[in-house]
Amino acid sequence: MQIVPLGDNALVLEMGEAIDESTHRRVQSAWRALAAEPLPGVGELVPAYTTVTLFYDPVRLVQAGAPEAAMVEWLGARVRERLKSPPKVDKVKGRVVDVPVCYGGAFGPDLARVAAQAGLTPEEVVRRHARAAYLVHLVGFAPGFPYLGGLPRELATPRHAKPRMAVPPGSVAIGGSQAGIYPLATPGGWNLIGRTPLRLFRPQEDPPVLLRAGDQVRFRAISPEEFAAQEEAT
Amino acid sequence: MIAVLKPGLLTTVQDLGRPGYQQYGIVVGGALDAFAARVANSAVGNDEGDALLELAQTGPELRFERDALVAWSGGDFDARVGGQPLPRDRAVRVAAGEVVSFGPARSGLRAWLAVAGGIDVPKVLGSRSTYRRAGIGGHEGRPLRAGDALAVAAPREWSARVLAALAGGGRRAVAWTVRPETMGRVAPAGTVRAMRGPEFAWFTAEAQRTFFSADWEATREADRMGVQLAGPVLARVRTDEMISSSVNAGVVQVPPAGQPIVLLPSRQSVGGYPRLAAVATVDLGRVAQLRPGDRIRFEEITVAAAHALWLARERDLTRVRLGLARIGS
Repeated sequence: MQIVPLGDNALVLEMGEAIDESTHRRVQSAWRALAAEPLPGVGELVPAYTTVTLFYDPVRLVQAGAPEAAMVEWLGARVRERLKSPPKVDKVKGRVVDVPVCYGGAFGPDLARVAAQAGLTPEEVVRRHARAAYLVHLVGFAPGFPYLGGLPRELATPRHAKPRMAVPPGSVAIGGSQAGIYPLATPGGWNLIGRTPLRLFRPQEDPPVLLRAGDQVRFRAISPEEFAAQEEAT
Repeated sequence: MIAVLKPGLLTTVQDLGRPGYQQYGIVVGGALDAFAARVANSAVGNDEGDALLELAQTGPELRFERDALVAWSGGDFDARVGGQPLPRDRAVRVAAGEVVSFGPARSGLRAWLAVAGGIDVPKVLGSRSTYRRAGIGGHEGRPLRAGDALAVAAPREWSARVLAALAGGGRRAVAWTVRPETMGRVAPAGTVRAMRGPEFAWFTAEAQRTFFSADWEATREADRMGVQLAGPVLARVRTDEMISSSVNAGVVQVPPAGQPIVLLPSRQSVGGYPRLAAVATVDLGRVAQLRPGDRIRFEEITVAAAHALWLARERDLTRVRLGLARIGS
């Protein structure tokens, strides 16, 4: 593990160099070990594909005993100590979240494009997309936007050269080899193949998002009628 | 209550941001110069993290329905109260019915206006700051509009005493000033101190030297998320795509075109461009004030040096707050 400063109030813990499940497990393991009992002066922890970033307050670090001229080394040593025997994460299974999706039509204007790219029928694209098991590697870009690993290789589709100005909330999308779901009306260049009636960003709830890093996602095809019914229910 | 007569270009309710939710993709945000906001709040007897107004480029016109103690810090705006100049960096009395207005910025781009008691809007996810993209926080999750009415929380005892003393003496403003730009160890004009970032080694030796020696010009591509700079093209030795990872306010990321972007507090939680450098937190306010065409240079410092600057500035603010507490007693 490399520990690299990100400015004067954050350290990046580099846990690997590729997007894969073993790196993901190391990230999750380090994240949980550090979150279990916060280190003095450390605020939030942000997991990503291969890194955990730890934000700290220099004033509070000094109050906790860090030497003023060697805070990074002092905090880095404490991080390494904490991670010597992290809890095993493959035993702490992430949640499995069922995400209903109404594929195609007005909800999935790029389904045909993905199908053409893959040399498959739209129906087959839907079948393969909904059959795969996905892992939330990180949540970022917008509140509650999950970056999902696990997209079947043949469904990978390049992003649009010109992003849409506002992607409808709930849009289920493919960007290159990644899958994701847009929580809010944001600009976006990914291919939209369907829409979920679930709200991904829930500012009045704790946690304020449907999907968290480490969760597993299963997509399930629903009809426009089911979509309408479930959208009202959420 | 404060009535918004004219909203200004982009006036928002801000505080020190919404940390703790980046793992959910929720930006930290908050005042773009958090230190200036803390100083303005301190000047009116508020807690440092009370909600205040952030103004950009052209400020608002506000009618105060009750007597208030206000202070503003930041860029050089033509600020007035009842038509008379409203001095910067000091506590000023505004009488019920008076109008406070901010014209276009003469230099710099943003300012922070604190009102004793703080702007009273609900906390969402632990913060009162406006998060425009998500439509939460601040005043109804959006910038101010004409016709809005802002509630002000009850001023603290210190503020009430200062306000009463000004009113009793028929005075407009206190005699002392508190200037955020003079606290700590200040960099030369036009200079921003910065550290190497995690992907510094992805750039050619020439690009590394160039970044820390060239003049960089701020462009029009600037908002609360960051400022795009223009200058010599920064070439890379490693040209593969970076795997998205955390960013931070002050991070200098370089998209493939080779022109750096300095991120500000409303940055996203993660980014996919190499992080060449990171601006020292004490100099972040300078970046937030850049107008299109302004020029800056980056001076390389170590992380330990940035910590020393951080602590020096905090000590100065602590001294100021202690001094203010004595004034009111």
